[in-house]
Amino acid sequence: MGENMGFLEYFRSEKKGSAAVAKERLQVVIAHQRSSRGRHAYLPELQQELLTVIRKYVQISDDQVHIQLDRDGDCEVLELNITLPD
Amino acid sequence: MSRIIVVTSGKGGVGKTTTAAAFATGLAMHGHKTVVIDFDVGLRNLDLIMGCERRVVYDFVNLINGDANLNQTLVRDKRIKELYILPASQTRDKEALNLGGVGRVMEELMKEGFEYIICDSPAGIESGAQMAMYFADEALVVTNPEVSSLRDSDRMLGILASKSRRAVEGDDPIKEHLLITRYDPERVETGDMLSVEDIIELLRVPLLGVVPESEGVLQCSNAGEPVILNEKDHAGQAYADVVARFLGEERPHRFLTQEKKGLLKRLFG
Repeated sequence: MGENMGFLEYFRSEKKGSAAVAKERLQVVIAHQRSSRGRHAYLPELQQELLTVIRKYVQISDDQVHIQLDRDGDCEVLELNITLPD
Repeated sequence: MSRIIVVTSGKGGVGKTTTAAAFATGLAMHGHKTVVIDFDVGLRNLDLIMGCERRVVYDFVNLINGDANLNQTLVRDKRIKELYILPASQTRDKEALNLGGVGRVMEELMKEGFEYIICDSPAGIESGAQMAMYFADEALVVTNPEVSSLRDSDRMLGILASKSRRAVEGDDPIKEHLLITRYDPERVETGDMLSVEDIIELLRVPLLGVVPESEGVLQCSNAGEPVILNEKDHAGQAYADVVARFLGEERPHRFLTQEKKGLLKRLFG
């Protein structure tokens, strides 16, 4: 009997909460979508401008500037790797 | 001054074409010269919803390729003055539209004095959907109270903000409007459907209107009549409110709560 009650309650609470569950799940998904939105959009331009600046002083090719954006917890890490010729 | 408005959603089947047809018809009913363009190349359906499928001679791709001129291509609505339909092509070549061509057609429509150019977007986020939203000044984002539709709407909001002409050229951003369709207050009350408040909180887009789930939508599409012409139907009434609100009129939102039960239902239900 006690088990039966729990069983019924399980379904009742499921029914009550389905929209609430949907909202919670969407909050996570949308937050994730928005955090990555536009995050990389400016990187190619940044890379081009860096190349232009560096080329004022040293001749380097396109693939000698590497840019990478990573996420480390709450922190975004912009990694710049410029290989200068010998 | 012309305004280009895209009706978009990402997800299919949420009511984009129903909305585009009703919205364009409503604007024309207010006396504004309006054209509604079907961007769903290969899957033309706006003509059916507008009830003009037997009068389509040329299409959007013919117009872009110069096989027909604007007057030959536009289908004039028989019910509402100032309302025109630009049908999609049924070609299977999905790349038949190109930005240059679409842009030229938009310019020509503006020169012809169209006040509102409504772009009915195909589902998805591919080329066709991007063509439909590229030139837009405003966007009606159509969303069902359902997880996949909400996620896709949010994706589409991201695309509007980054890939549209306004975004690319650094112009003011597209003005976004949220339109919730197939809303069922009864299911919201039982806790099984996301509420209007939930949806606004999640998407953070100003609400233009809520269209309730209604029998009239299917009946009207069967008959080839934009649902806004059915003044007795709740969806039709909701679309009339949407158009009025869009044109600056203040109208309270209706159909957000369960209808009062009749006497019999109150006694026995």
